[in-house]
Amino acid sequence: MRDLFTRYGGPLTAAFVALSAFWLLALVILPYLYLFENSFRPYLPVVEMGGPKDVYSLNNYLTFFQSPIHIHVFFSTILYSSLVTILCFMIAYPLAFYLSKVAKPSVVPTLFLLLLIPLWVSEILRSFAWFIILALKGPLNFGLIGLGIIETPIRWLSGFRSIVIGLVYTYVLFMLFPLYNAVQSLDTNQIEAAQDLGSPWWRIHWRVILPHSKPGIASGAVMVFMLSAGSILVPTLLASTTSRWFTEIIQQWMFESQDWNTGSAYAFLLLLLCTVFVTVVMRIFRVSLADIAK
Amino acid sequence: MSGGVDLNGVSADFGTFRAVDKATVAIKPGEFFSFLGPSGCGKTTILRMISGFVMPSEGTIHIGGEDVRDIRPNKRPTVLIFQNLALFPLMPVWENIAFGLEVRGVAKAVRRAKAEELLRLVDLPGAADKAISQLSGGQKQRVAIARALAVEPKVMLLDEPLSALDLKLRQHMRAELRAIQKRTNVTFIYITHDQGEALAMSDRVAVMSHGRLQQVATPQEIYNRPANGFVASFVGENNVFEGRVETDGAGAVFRSGSGVFRVSLGPGVSAATPAKLYVRPEQTRLVDVSPPGLNSIPVTVADVAFEGNFINIQVQNGDGRPLVVEARNDGAGKVPPPGSAMNLVFDPAHSIVLADEKVPAAGASA
Repeated sequence: MRDLFTRYGGPLTAAFVALSAFWLLALVILPYLYLFENSFRPYLPVVEMGGPKDVYSLNNYLTFFQSPIHIHVFFSTILYSSLVTILCFMIAYPLAFYLSKVAKPSVVPTLFLLLLIPLWVSEILRSFAWFIILALKGPLNFGLIGLGIIETPIRWLSGFRSIVIGLVYTYVLFMLFPLYNAVQSLDTNQIEAAQDLGSPWWRIHWRVILPHSKPGIASGAVMVFMLSAGSILVPTLLASTTSRWFTEIIQQWMFESQDWNTGSAYAFLLLLLCTVFVTVVMRIFRVSLADIAK
Repeated sequence: MSGGVDLNGVSADFGTFRAVDKATVAIKPGEFFSFLGPSGCGKTTILRMISGFVMPSEGTIHIGGEDVRDIRPNKRPTVLIFQNLALFPLMPVWENIAFGLEVRGVAKAVRRAKAEELLRLVDLPGAADKAISQLSGGQKQRVAIARALAVEPKVMLLDEPLSALDLKLRQHMRAELRAIQKRTNVTFIYITHDQGEALAMSDRVAVMSHGRLQQVATPQEIYNRPANGFVASFVGENNVFEGRVETDGAGAVFRSGSGVFRVSLGPGVSAATPAKLYVRPEQTRLVDVSPPGLNSIPVTVADVAFEGNFINIQVQNGDGRPLVVEARNDGAGKVPPPGSAMNLVFDPAHSIVLADEKVPAAGASA
């Protein structure tokens, strides 16, 4: 603070601090506090607000535990978000290894550019594009039949298939970048040393590269999992008749039932339960938060 | 167990740059062999070709009599000790050492026992369960050696493994490496730019420059009978005189600006070739009156540096040309004061005239 002051003078320092404080308070902390407070109050007609019925309780949270369908939706959200995370890892790891250890350094920026270009298109457009690609008579089935891989078209837009595909596509880069950083920081001599000692390629990955990349895998996995579980756009646009995502229930409480109180409670439950789940998984794989921050 | 390494006309090209140019050398089984040269001379490339990480663009490499052209690094009977050691930081010491055995499917208990046996061999008992980060530089060195020895290689390749250590430890590890090599009788191929290391440890040394082997010989021969000007000036210090060779009735004479000297001629030097005279500082003496039979240059003492075991005396001849005399400290404390006029003398047998050819640059000709 003092350093900032001596470097930029009073007015600029005040502006920096004020803007940061505004961002943190008005755009992050206050909305959360508002929803948090609301989540403990009952949903009442306007005239009864502040009246004798308007007392704090855990009823909104209990609503969740009393509705088996919502619990079921919550667990399928966790399950398919985990599947998305695993698929993202399976796609991103070979790519990260190729980009950091195999590809010539001169072509890496071009490859990254190619990976980033799809991000320039809005997420809604990309999801609609997948909607078309995955259609029963769409290009994907056409291509697969043309190549003779399948005989009858696959109904991609059923169950959670299309949501998983859409989420993997949307969030795979959030796995790729931390993984790339992690693999890249490995001394190439270690790979050569393992090879020199007689190790086949898969054991080099298993014993040397993967353990080294664990923090990168963890931060990528947490990011993809949390983003997937909290995603609303992809699960809505690529939904089928049998797929329900937990965020859709929150949206229904808030916008269809106009019940922001229960909606807020569900939103905080999602955050809390996902955090618990992530913490447990991190404990199982023996990663600490400090590793991820690296 | 150990095997020799035969390089036969081996070259390495990186694009248009020729890193190694037609290297031919036969390294004997059980030998401690060093490649010595300045950085960029191609010595590391030779090591990487032997270990299989770089493919030679021409020539053949035989290890233990077997052509290794199509053998990948993980199947070669060589182990490379990297300059930065490349220990696996996430494995404890014993797993590092046993990694090569783990790869070969050896049972865990056997691996552990072997790791502890090797730790005793490298004088580091009880370190099996330590983390790599807990070790000092010298201890890491020993673990790297143990890890390499665990797979019982025919040839051990060492890429300047001592360069990161401080001077005291480096000197200690020199002796240690040499002792381990003698004990295990594995062929050691050692890469270094440090002439002291190469001379002190090796059975034979190959001096390299610009991708070419300049001389392959024992340390004594390299130092006392360098094959060319590069070897003479890269290994050790020299007083160098420019001039030309003449012959008279009694033998070879070298005529230079500093005087006319009786000399011995290096390989391929005759009166016709341009040449330089090399005299080691420790082969020169300062005297008041020059005795007969020795070459003599009148000089003035410019500066005296007392180094402890020897005394380094900077002198100048009549033209103001700096020369160096190195005298052993005999304990008498006799040091000529700066400014005194004396004679620098040297024995014709301990001076050598070498052809003054430019050391050819392999990169330019490729």
